[in-house]
Amino acid sequence: MSDFVRFLIAGISLGSVYSLVCLGFVVIYRATGVVNFAQGGLVVLGAFMTHQLAVVNGIPFAVAVPLAMLIMAGVGLLLERVVFRPMVGQPVFAMILLTLGVVFVLEQVCAFFWGYDVVLVGDPWGVATVDLLGTMVNVSDLWTIGATGAALAAFFALFRFTTLGIAMRAGAADPEAALAHGISPQAIHGLSWAIAGAVATVAGVFLAAGPKGVDLGLGLVAFRAFPAMILGGLDSAEGAVAGGLLIGLVEVLTAAYLVPAMPSLGANFHVVMPYVVMIGILVVRPHGLFGTIEVRRA
Amino acid sequence: MPSSHAASASRAADPAPLLSLRNLEVVYSDVILVLRGVSLDVGRDRIVALLGANGAGKTSVLRAITGLLPLHRGRITKGQVTLDGTSIADADAPSIVRRGLAQVMEGRRIFTDLTVEENLRAGGFACRNRAALATGLERAYALFPQLTDRRKQLAGYLSGGEQQMVAIARALMSSPRLLLLDEPSLGLAPKIVAQIRDLIVRINAEGTAVLLVEQNAAMALSIAHTGYVLEHGKVVRDGPAAELAADKDVQEFYLGGGTGNGRRNYRDVKTYRRRKRWSA
Ligand SMILES: Nc1ncnc2c1ncn2[C@@H]1O[C@H](COP(=O)(O)OP(=O)(O)OP(=O)(O)O)[C@@H](O)[C@H]1O
Ligand SMILES: [Mg+2]
Repeated sequence: MSDFVRFLIAGISLGSVYSLVCLGFVVIYRATGVVNFAQGGLVVLGAFMTHQLAVVNGIPFAVAVPLAMLIMAGVGLLLERVVFRPMVGQPVFAMILLTLGVVFVLEQVCAFFWGYDVVLVGDPWGVATVDLLGTMVNVSDLWTIGATGAALAAFFALFRFTTLGIAMRAGAADPEAALAHGISPQAIHGLSWAIAGAVATVAGVFLAAGPKGVDLGLGLVAFRAFPAMILGGLDSAEGAVAGGLLIGLVEVLTAAYLVPAMPSLGANFHVVMPYVVMIGILVVRPHGLFGTIEVRRA
Repeated sequence: MPSSHAASASRAADPAPLLSLRNLEVVYSDVILVLRGVSLDVGRDRIVALLGANGAGKTSVLRAITGLLPLHRGRITKGQVTLDGTSIADADAPSIVRRGLAQVMEGRRIFTDLTVEENLRAGGFACRNRAALATGLERAYALFPQLTDRRKQLAGYLSGGEQQMVAIARALMSSPRLLLLDEPSLGLAPKIVAQIRDLIVRINAEGTAVLLVEQNAAMALSIAHTGYVLEHGKVVRDGPAAELAADKDVQEFYLGGGTGNGRRNYRDVKTYRRRKRWSA
């Protein structure tokens, strides 16, 4: 039982990070129609950036993370301005390929500055555990859930309540009508990339937190989050969260229970399981859990 | 319709119109010429009707004024657009909104998956501060009391008439000096059209100039001060609204048959063009 609680918390922790990765996808997809494969690259760069600030430059972790988010928002803006804005009007397919190109560039940048070895992001938790209702759980898992929860709440509050968030949703729904009311698509695109960069940083930090650390392989997490995104429905932020949590839980619980019980499935079956769940759900709900079916009056 | 009609004296009568187009030429995709020298004026506190059949170029005129042509691969190749004496032909859409122009687009184009209030707040994006936004909302609900109870509802679930009201209220959020309306009566029942008509009069009476694009010429001319008739990208008639309404050609082509009954209704044959998702 206490094992189960521990796995549950580990699953929610992983799932909430997946949610953040998916949110980065969704925010860009909704604003631009582009499936952004570079999101994984931003996650890695965000984690390395935090390593740079917290470990190399010795800035306190609690300051280093927001600072890294800010810098990564800038990187997002820059990418939009330099790489993607000149491509507006080109087929979406070309833009998607371009995002793949950006992944390789980001990888090279990371390799150049930080090499190929695993480095720590400088979080204070390490392998510490804490007694939660009679179960020993990782402190870093609890912080992950708390901080990603806060980031998600901030994200939803921005979109729900602020004029800027409403403008972003309007621009995603009907760019021309939004423009006709003074909402510039360039501003919306830039802002979306900035948010994607900041959100990726939080995801990267918590993926690398504790003893795990960051290396270039961290970018693969974007592909691990992929089923979560499809599950949630590409254009739904709520779906990103639900899909992320579900996939995180499935992955951890599969590794904890199914793999030991059925060794014939292979030691890495927990990586495959999210795809199995994804395909299963898509058969029943082709739009994903939350994908939009357009609101229109008959 | 004969196109030998000379420029009327009514234009010269207003020395400083709020909006003025001179010899406007608009081309799409560098080859498709759709406006061939359009001139028109909208005076302060006026309602001006712009009439014309499908494809005459009415929407293109509005796009040229509001900076939306680039989105359609169109551009102004000749002529001038001035607002209050300043050229806005090269300005981008957001800066034109900030200069006091707002529009209700053809087909309403409300944000269906946003609530009514969110639609209005999106319309108030150009407001300078919170106070202006709050005042705008207050005024919108005063003008459209039926929207008050529905402020939290998704706009996509409203009736066609209510959606048109959201579209108008949204445009008014930026406190425009000039409101452009593109076929606000399209697809609406006569009773609703009458409501919209009264609203336009009221909005105008409260100090906003109106450029009203319509195929429902009877409605438009009944409230406009002056009117223009556009055909194949050219103004072929213009003058005081009463004069246009009495004009034989206008009656025949836009008010139906010259006899006053069995009037031809373009509205019935027109279908909404499915809006294109702008994917980039
Ligand atoms: N993006 C575009 N590219 C090419 N041609 C266009 C484009 N938009 C409009 N046109 C053409 O320009 C002409 C004028 O169109 P416009 O939409 O301005 O007419 P309209 O008077 O508003 O018609 P309607 O009553 O149908 O709304 C039409 O022949 C139309 O086919
Ligand atoms: Mg039109």
